Amino acid sequence: MASQLTTAGGPANPVPPAGKRKSVMGTRPWVAGLFLLPAFVLLGALVVYPIGYSVWRSLYDADGSGFVGLGNYGDLFGDDATFTAVKNTAIWVAVAPALVTGLGLIFAVLTERVRWSTAFKLVIFMPMAISMLAAGIIFRLVYEADPDQGVANAVVTGVHDTFAESSVYPKARPSTESDLKASGGGAFTSTGTVSAGSPALLPLVGIAPDKVPGDPGDAESAEPSGDGVSGTVWLDFKLGGGGQKGAVDGGEKALPGIEVEAVKDGKVVASAKAGDDGTFTLPASADGARLRLPGSNFAAAYNGVDWLGPSLVTPAIIGAYAWMWAGFAMVLIAAGLAGVDRNLLEAARVDGANEWQVFRRVTVPLLAPVLVVVLITLMINVMKIFDLVFIIAPQPSQDEANVLALQLVNASFGGGNNQGLGSAIGIVLLLLVMPVMIVNIRRLRRERRR
Amino acid sequence: MTAPSVPLKDPGEPGKAGKAGRPSDAAVDGSGPPRRSLGSRLAGGAAGGVMRVFLILVALLWVTPTVGLLASSFRDPTDIADSGWWDVFTKPSQLTTESYSTLLGKEEITDALLNTVLITVPATVLVVVIGAMAGYAFAWMDFKGRDWWFVAVVALLVVPIQIALIPLADLFGDLGIFGSVLGVVLFHVGFGLPFAIFLLRNFFAEIPRELLEAARLDGAGETRLFATVILPLGGPAIASLGIFQFLWVWNDMLVALIFSDSDSRPLTVALTEQTRQFSGNIETLAPGAFISMVIPLAVFFAFQRQFVSGVMAGAVK
Repeated sequence: MASQLTTAGGPANPVPPAGKRKSVMGTRPWVAGLFLLPAFVLLGALVVYPIGYSVWRSLYDADGSGFVGLGNYGDLFGDDATFTAVKNTAIWVAVAPALVTGLGLIFAVLTERVRWSTAFKLVIFMPMAISMLAAGIIFRLVYEADPDQGVANAVVTGVHDTFAESSVYPKARPSTESDLKASGGGAFTSTGTVSAGSPALLPLVGIAPDKVPGDPGDAESAEPSGDGVSGTVWLDFKLGGGGQKGAVDGGEKALPGIEVEAVKDGKVVASAKAGDDGTFTLPASADGARLRLPGSNFAAAYNGVDWLGPSLVTPAIIGAYAWMWAGFAMVLIAAGLAGVDRNLLEAARVDGANEWQVFRRVTVPLLAPVLVVVLITLMINVMKIFDLVFIIAPQPSQDEANVLALQLVNASFGGGNNQGLGSAIGIVLLLLVMPVMIVNIRRLRRERRR
Repeated sequence: MTAPSVPLKDPGEPGKAGKAGRPSDAAVDGSGPPRRSLGSRLAGGAAGGVMRVFLILVALLWVTPTVGLLASSFRDPTDIADSGWWDVFTKPSQLTTESYSTLLGKEEITDALLNTVLITVPATVLVVVIGAMAGYAFAWMDFKGRDWWFVAVVALLVVPIQIALIPLADLFGDLGIFGSVLGVVLFHVGFGLPFAIFLLRNFFAEIPRELLEAARLDGAGETRLFATVILPLGGPAIASLGIFQFLWVWNDMLVALIFSDSDSRPLTVALTEQTRQFSGNIETLAPGAFISMVIPLAVFFAFQRQFVSGVMAGAVK
């Protein structure tokens, strides 16, 4: 279709100038009227009339009874929710089109001579076929906070845990029978001191016995170890009840790997890790020290990024948008690339330019008209973004993610019931696309004159 | 409406914008003049391997979200709550169509699916027919101020649909069609027409004058000329327009969200209401979203050329 449109204005097959192209039929005006009537009635009632109505309505207050002049337009900056929407729409317009065009340019250039470029382009273009709603659901799933649900956090936590060891017992805490007290930073320190020869008992609770990571064996009471200080760290809870609080009973789980520090006057003098049976042994220097279980044992597990939280929600949704629209930019830019004169590139190379310089100084400038069209198309599209934000942003962060089109709907049909403000937002959206409207008309008239 | 202006913009290079509809053209090589760009140079050298790996990774990145939805739609609620969808690769036994049968057993969903069809088909047919009539009049009939009227239609191309939400909600309320299928259809027809008229007028104007004159000599009247010459010859443009309009209405959520009620709402709106409690509703949302995607994807793979050019041309809507 696009090619047909092209030739419609092309010199190879010029449209006869309007004045010369007479009707073949010598049509009577009323026949033309009949062919046009349905379209004109519908356009008048459904498109033109609403514009006029919105202009008028935007000058009145929420319920339409009081004239407020330009007050509703002032609310664009005065009303908090609306101003957030203005700011976010500005972010969208500044970031998303450039990002998408950049991706499209990279993909178009890189696939130019790859044999399977058609398959690649199909994959990238496919999201254009589906609804914003479906794309929204797809990305809501991608961004699910739980790393066991959302693939984004699964990847992030996977990478994180590869580089940083995560703690094993995030929910454990000392049992009430123990001498351990919270000592800041998530650590627990004994109130009394330990001495060589009498094994220390460090009972913890807070984990279900069948949920202890790694499914360790039963805890053992530590043997006294000569000059050193020994002890046991274990889960002081017996499945099915029974057992004595604060004592190592048969069948109670060991908590291997917990780090135990001996602290004297605020300084760590020795440290050890609990073994498979929960016992640990500190050197003689620990005699008379307090025992501390540092906070690193209990640090909450890393759960990834809060993609849809207040601070990241807009970038996250822009990511989903880029996924949808990169194919659009890629296809248009690839078409432009196919029309670039190779001799110009060759000439630049003969003059000693390297590939990057050729790309930067020759290809991109030659593509500039296409890039501008893609950018402007995306800007118009992004100004009116609604579905993606509405679906992806969860209720708690929807205010932070608000955009103009969403605020229009919320203000007029959501709880707001302020159709004056809604109409003003609609008019602003229309004014924003006005320059493109004028460019379209100019182009049309220029062609007619040819 | 900038996309149609791509072709308008470079009338001197007919092939250029036309290639937008044929992504495969870029893959054609060998016979033409040397086309060594950054990409092709890279493809040859040692960097070629790196580039290919990069492109494969990008392609994987692009399909992963959709695969995630598809995999989730074939798991039961317990599995969904317990582990990530990627588990299906190691435990294919988890796959089940249970979610689909549950979903399609719900009357609210089948009704919504039916409504989607009831909205989409008339909204597409009406736009094509009314748009073709007006396009023909603009292309081949003489009447006063024809060019000015056409400029006015072109001006309407970029009017955002958001501006009509409030006025038409009021108007349809007065007419008693707010909340009905008819209201949603009318809205889509109104905002589909400028693009339809623009596209079809330009295409119809290309039909050789001789064909029309010959038909006229055979004694064809205006209506017969329209039905027997214009419509058949306009086939390709009508197909592109039809596909674009069909998908636009099928995929719409915003208009239906406001203009339909619980009896007339299409699938997109029925699903939207489930997204408030997202993680608890995945077993409904995943198959539901996939059902809503099946038709567009089928159209996409079956009519790639018309699809791509249609989407390109109408992108700004």
